[in-house]
Amino acid sequence: MNRPVLDARRLLCPLPVIRTQDRVRDMAPGEQLEIRCTDPGAIHDIPAWCRMYGHRVIEIREASGEIAITIEVVSDEGAGRR
Amino acid sequence: MAEPRTAVALISGGLDSLLAARVILDQGVRVEGVNFFTGFCVEGHTHAIRSRDRRRPKRNNALWVAEQLGIRLHLIDVSTDYKDVVLNPRHGYGHNLNPCLDCKGFMVGRAYTWMQGHGFDFVITGEVIGQRPMSQRRDTMPVIARESGAGDRLLRPLSAKLLPPTLPEREGWIERERLLDFSGRTRKPQMALAEHYGFRDYAQPAGGCCFLTDRHYAAKLADLWRARATRDYELDDIMLLKVGRHLRPRPNFKLIVAREEGENRFLEGYRKQFTNLTTVSHPGPLALVDGEVSDEDLELAARLTARFSQGRGAPRVQVAVAHGGGEPRILEVAPLSAEEIPAEWYL
Repeated sequence: MNRPVLDARRLLCPLPVIRTQDRVRDMAPGEQLEIRCTDPGAIHDIPAWCRMYGHRVIEIREASGEIAITIEVVSDEGAGRR
Repeated sequence: MAEPRTAVALISGGLDSLLAARVILDQGVRVEGVNFFTGFCVEGHTHAIRSRDRRRPKRNNALWVAEQLGIRLHLIDVSTDYKDVVLNPRHGYGHNLNPCLDCKGFMVGRAYTWMQGHGFDFVITGEVIGQRPMSQRRDTMPVIARESGAGDRLLRPLSAKLLPPTLPEREGWIERERLLDFSGRTRKPQMALAEHYGFRDYAQPAGGCCFLTDRHYAAKLADLWRARATRDYELDDIMLLKVGRHLRPRPNFKLIVAREEGENRFLEGYRKQFTNLTTVSHPGPLALVDGEVSDEDLELAARLTARFSQGRGAPRVQVAVAHGGGEPRILEVAPLSAEEIPAEWYL
């Protein structure tokens, strides 16, 4: 699937979440976003943020010190969406 | 049935803001949280960088608090505007470079602006009278309310009974009797209340949640300003101050040397922006040079880098020196001995 990618590598907590939040604000329900990070905290923080706003975590992959988290925008209000 | 009143809570990730929000939720108020990223937050950064800290939970405490409370949290990057607070604090600094009173006024002001923009009714914080020597005193609390613009729409639930009634109390949006009268530096009442609510595993950062209160960090920031002859910084500057050994052997440059694998990986991301050194004949750290350097300076930097490598006992160590992403050249140097590194070089 051809989905947009957010490059959050080298950014440290909480910037990967902030950048995700800001990006999701401009997305519609059903759209997916892949967030690439190097901060291991993102594995906890991005799913926590998704739970808070009802977005879905599709996949988390880790390889060579990089983490790729794919999320799907679900809710149409809140979170970053207003 | 009337819509519930709404409050925006400053959520730092610590116990006080957790409890303040919980107390207000108990009164049927709808609460959402805001957390401001200044660039100086202790939260997460060092845990994420250093390998030795990888066992520690790397959660973001503000997110964790919001999840415990079942509220939404809005994370807001204020790092650009926050510069003015750090560089020009009207009320001065605390023991180090911590502009606590200005900082609190700034954050409450930002929360108040958010409140207005989102149609909320009031702002709550976890401030406790007498808890902090600069920003949480009986005489400075009105200063924060005034300078933030929040006025009497700012409620401190944990000390509310010791303060004049605010608008939410006077209007009956919340019951003053159900607020608290905490004061002083003791944490016992907060811990008892946390127990009452069943909150465990909350963050208890020693020395607060801001690097500017840290003596060593503040010394490095002051050194940066001196060396550049200007009081300014970029986000990368303040991130790098959190990582590695910082040594200034000459006024015109300093060396940032990774202390372990996690820091090596972090500094790797900055390699292209700096003249950088790595040992090639022996395992060793990545070191970045901050400043303009001569060949003589580079040789000194190479000898220092070799000192922190596994070749420190060898007569000669090969060090690769590159400018940004350019082709490296190899210097063969004698590592400095511990005695040859004056204590004042360490920042």
